Parts: sequence; structure tokens; C-alpha cells
Amino acid sequence: MRTLYQFHGGVHPAEHKQESSAHPIVMAPLPTQLIVPLQQHIGQRAKPLVQIGDRVLKGQMIGQADGATSCAVHAPTSGSVSAIEMMPMPHPSSLPDLCISITPDGADEWITRTALDYQNMNPGEVRNRLRDFGLAGLGGAVFPSHVKLNPGKLDKVPTLILNGAECEPWITCDDLLMRERAAEIIAGAKIMQYLLSADAVLIGIEDNKPQAIAAMRAACAATGFEVIAVPTRYPSGGAKQLTKILTGKEPPSGGRSTDIGVQIFNVATAYSVARAVLHGEPMISRIVTVTGNVEQPRNYEVLLGTPVKELVALTGKQRNDTQSYIMGGPMMGFALPTDNVPVIKASNCLIASSPSLFPAPPPALPCIRCTQCAQACPVNLQPQDLYWFSRGREFGKAQEYNLFDCIECGCCDYVCPSHIPLVQYYRFAKSEIWAREREKQQADLARERHEFRLARIEREKKERADKLAAKTQGSKAPAANADIDPKKAAIQAAIERAKLKRSGVTPKNVENLSVETLKEIDEIEARRTQLKQAMEKQSDSPK
Amino acid sequence: MSTALLIMIGLALFLGLVLGYAAIKFKVAESPLVQKIDAILPQTQCGQCGFPGCKPYATAIASGEADINQCPPGGEEGIHKLAELLGVDPKPLNAEHGVPKPKSVAVIDEELCIGCTLCIQACPVDAILGAAKHMHTVIAKECTGCELCIPPCPVDCIQMQVVQEDLTTWKSKYPLHEIRNV
Repeated sequence: MRTLYQFHGGVHPAEHKQESSAHPIVMAPLPTQLIVPLQQHIGQRAKPLVQIGDRVLKGQMIGQADGATSCAVHAPTSGSVSAIEMMPMPHPSSLPDLCISITPDGADEWITRTALDYQNMNPGEVRNRLRDFGLAGLGGAVFPSHVKLNPGKLDKVPTLILNGAECEPWITCDDLLMRERAAEIIAGAKIMQYLLSADAVLIGIEDNKPQAIAAMRAACAATGFEVIAVPTRYPSGGAKQLTKILTGKEPPSGGRSTDIGVQIFNVATAYSVARAVLHGEPMISRIVTVTGNVEQPRNYEVLLGTPVKELVALTGKQRNDTQSYIMGGPMMGFALPTDNVPVIKASNCLIASSPSLFPAPPPALPCIRCTQCAQACPVNLQPQDLYWFSRGREFGKAQEYNLFDCIECGCCDYVCPSHIPLVQYYRFAKSEIWAREREKQQADLARERHEFRLARIEREKKERADKLAAKTQGSKAPAANADIDPKKAAIQAAIERAKLKRSGVTPKNVENLSVETLKEIDEIEARRTQLKQAMEKQSDSPK
Repeated sequence: MSTALLIMIGLALFLGLVLGYAAIKFKVAESPLVQKIDAILPQTQCGQCGFPGCKPYATAIASGEADINQCPPGGEEGIHKLAELLGVDPKPLNAEHGVPKPKSVAVIDEELCIGCTLCIQACPVDAILGAAKHMHTVIAKECTGCELCIPPCPVDCIQMQVVQEDLTTWKSKYPLHEIRNV
């Protein structure tokens, strides 16, 4: 029996899991249109690889990873590319970003899929393939997985943790995935273990999911992996919290879990790794819980890019009192400003929200410094102080009080007897600090360029002055060679030099050119001679 | 007696060498105060303060020739930071020097541009690309929005465009919620 540790604080809100967990996962039908954003992960947006009108196959890469922290995106089904344009994103602002729209042809025709013989491949090569398979964390942060699967300088990460805690109320997608597809999750964990050279694989699942725990234990038989039931307490599924529960270790403030020899992945990410490596299927779908104020809450396997509107329509007739859809859970999610946005890699849950399910919070009262928030904070912060600093725009102070260790879990909001929207203040403060950071970078760039410009102007001035000085010096000297005009001599010398150059040297930039470029050059040459002839004709013709 | 004297002389020589070396090695070319002030200024290089750039303004503030409320792009926040640094009371922005505007970048109407290079010469951060009799264009990423390129343009083909928010620059807004008075 493993000793479990406790993280500080936490809350236990009503679970609301049984609504959607009673039914098996069903495959959502093909939507009429798929909108695939090129930025579904943290990091650089993928580069589009297709053009409007192209036919794409299911699983074909349509966006290529751009930079180290980025991953590919793929066509979720076969069809034709109908648009590449800015479309509203599932984001609190619903601001647009570049998306590729695909009109499905109904054939659902796959690319040729080949499994990877990963054990006989260089780990770096496997990671590159995972990047090209579009693997990103499905727990919510969507960090590109190939980056996390690189032990880097450490050679190995001793402990691999699979996160099946799923602590947020309402969400059951990981629960159902573990119940139904445990074997593949474990297969994915084996691949991750191989890439990280991990010694121990721990799988943490909250004890309110007995069926998932049983299924995972059965799948883990004879693997040495350990399935651990952890007490149900929000936010035990936070990466740092689960690490603390299972190992007793905490990464330092601002540090990473690899600093203490731990790497942690969501169970759904492990499943997708197995689909990619063992079946050659890129990340084109995910399990999404659709619940809340709907006729039939349940989990769907949804193609990424499916419009939210079409997905929620599958649950039956839309109810009149549904005011919005929350993406993510009620604690950390956000209300979508429009249902005309696609499902992306981060969309684990959609909750139809109604005034009876999620009543508007009562008016806030002043903070009474009761410190209930500090008792509930799972990262041991002082939320009431952070609130004062954020409210007063004392961002430096907020940072001193470790604002950036806040995981925005919402425990402080949940317990606040004054109903102050604390997390909103922290988000405000964080984005103001990031904006100032960006402004500072821009100012530094502008300073550098301005100083360079001043230096350049100074240099040019000096060069001109030097030239002038040389000229006046030179004009005094040539009295001896009075019969030769210095200007004419200089021109003559230049002509001689040019002649010499032309005869002796061939241009160096025409070697190693591709056939297309050579053709292009020929075309340009032809155009040039034509133009020359035309001009000569024009000048010859009488005026 | 002589040992003590020798030790003292030796020590004096050694420390002198250390100090001399430090004076050369850690020489500060310009006043650190100017640098600190310059770090607060927004580096727009727009000259609205009446000085030809942020560094000259910073120098003027440091020497007491200029006031801290002459920088519109820095806004109230800049004034507060300067006041804090210099230990003086913050004061409202001097409207003579202009008003704060949202961050903008210059955009050249490439149809109208005649390629005169006048804007290129005016740009304080070399953010305009082009050559004589060739169309010019602004490198948006490097434009500080100083508006110095607008007056010299003989065909009025440069316009300022306010930078729109996108997903990477989106900011969580200050929470607006009802508060019950008690």
C-alpha cells in the first residue's frame, strides 16, 4: 500500500458526474462543416500546408509544426478545403484566429496508416513523429507532448504519472475513456515510459470512479504500473497537486515537475499516443462530455473542428433556458461567447448552462479578511492579499506574492463568503503583467534600433567628411601630372576594371540552380530582350 | 616596527591596485540615473516631449531641465513611475505635449506612394523599408507609432492604424461586478 500525501486546501463541490457517466461513449456523426484552427496548442501556430479547393484525406497533415514548441494539425475527415480564414475561436473573447474549413465528402477515407516500430527507433525521431501526429496534452493545457516527452539533459525522468483524477465536477470524459479503453491507455503509457526512460509509472484516479479504477487495474496486470485511488478532493487533478499526493514532492515555485524527476500526462494523451504510434492515427478526435441543461448528457468521440452548435444538437432538443455553453468545467472553464466555434484539442467538456443550474452569483460584499480563501488555496498562496494587490493594480507586489503560482482553480472563489470573483482579479493582473512584459520588449527593440540609427547617421557623416578631406587633399597634389585629367583617368580606370572583371569572372549565383529557377531566368531574359527591342524600335521610329 | 610598516605599505599598494583596476573595469560611461529614466520611457522616439528622442529627454529630466509630465505615450503610469524613481510628487500630463493615444502603427497606402524616401529619413527606428522611386512599406512589428513619418509625406499616403487585439495580446479585463453596500 502506497503512502498518500495531502495537498493543502482544496474543496469538494457537488460532483454532477453521474448524469453523463451512465452512458457509453458514442461516435459523433460527421458534421456538415469542420473548422480546424491552426492554433490548438500552447506555442507557435501551425503553418498551413493546403490551399483552398484541395482534396484532403482523413488524417492528412494540413498544418505543419512551426518551431520547437508547436505541433501539427490534421484533416479530421476526407473532403475539400473550403476556406482558410480567420474564424472565431473557443476563447473567452471569441477573437478570431486562422482556421482551415473542410467540407466533408462523406467517404471518411484515411491516409495510409503505418505503425511505428518505436523500440527500434531513435527516441528523438519518435518525438518528431509525435509532433507530426499533432500530439498535445488533452488535460486542458494542450502543451505539445513531444516537448514533455524529452528528458533533455537529465537522461531520464524517474517517475511518470498518468493523470486520471478528473477532479472537476460534471466532466466524465477521462472516466469513460478509462472504463472503455484502458488497454490502449496502458499501451500509450508504455511508449511514454520508453521515451522518458522512467522507472515507475503511477496512475492516479479519484476514488469516485471505481469502475475506471477496476478497468485500469485489470489492464495494468503484469506491467508493474501502479493504479492508485486518490481521495476525491478538488483540485487533486492539478498536475502539481497529483504529484504531491502520489510522491509527496512539490516542484519549486516557478519550477517544473521535471525538476523533481516527475513528468505527468493526462490519460487521454496516453491513449492518443498509443493510437498514433501503434496505429498511425494522428490526433483528429477526442472524447468530449456534453452535459448540463441538455436532454441526454453523455460522452461523444468528436472530430476536432466539429462546431459546438452541431455537437450539442446531438443531445436532443435544445432547451429554452440554456443561456450559454461552458467549455471546460464549472470551476476553471469559461462561457463561450458564441456556439459557432469548433471543438479543439482542449475541449474536454461542454456544459449547457441555465440560470437554475448555475445561478448568477449574488452581489459581492467587501472582503472581510476571513482567510477562508487562504485555507482553501491548494498552492498555499494568500488569495486575499493577491486580491488587494490585483485590485489596486500593484502588480509588482502581486508578483512578489507569487501570483504566477496561482493555477486559477477557483477554490478561493468557491469558498469566499463575500462572493468576490477572485480568480477574475488574478487573471486580470496576470494579463496586465504579460502585456507590460511585451511592451518592455518592444521598447527595448525600439531603443536598440534608434541607437543603431543614430550610430549609422554619425558614421555616414564621418565617412562623407573623410571623403571630402581626401578629395581636397587630392586636388592639391596632381600638379605634376597636369596633362592628364584626374577625373578622366579615374573613369578610364573604372572601365578597365569592369572589363577585366567581365572577361575573367562568371557570375557565381547561377550554379546549382533547380530546373524551375533556370527556366524562370530564361523567361526573364526573353522578356528583357523583347523589351529592349521594343524600346529600340520606339526610339528609331520617327517622332 | 619595520615589518608593520612593510605590511601597511604592501596593503596600501595592493588595495590601490584593486581600486584602480575596479575603476577601469566597472567604469560607468553615463549617469545610471539617465539609464534608469530611459528604461521607464516608452522608446517611441516621437519627440512630443520637445526633445529629439527618449534618451535626450531622460538626460534632461536627470539634469532637472525637463519635467516628468511631458511624455504622452508613457501616460499616467509612466509619470507615476518617474515620480517614484525621482522621489517627487506625480503630476498630471502636460496637455501642451499631446494626449495619450491607443497604440497604433503607420500604414503606407502602397497605391499612392511615389517612393520619395522622405518617410524613411524621418523614421527614428528604421522601420520603413523602400528605396527611391520604389514603393515603401512599414515593418509593423518595429513601428513605434511615433507619427513622425506623416508630416514629411508629400502625397499623404501614410495613415495611423490602431493595433487591434488578437488572441496573443488579449487581456483579461478588470472584473466589473455588482457590489452590495453595507
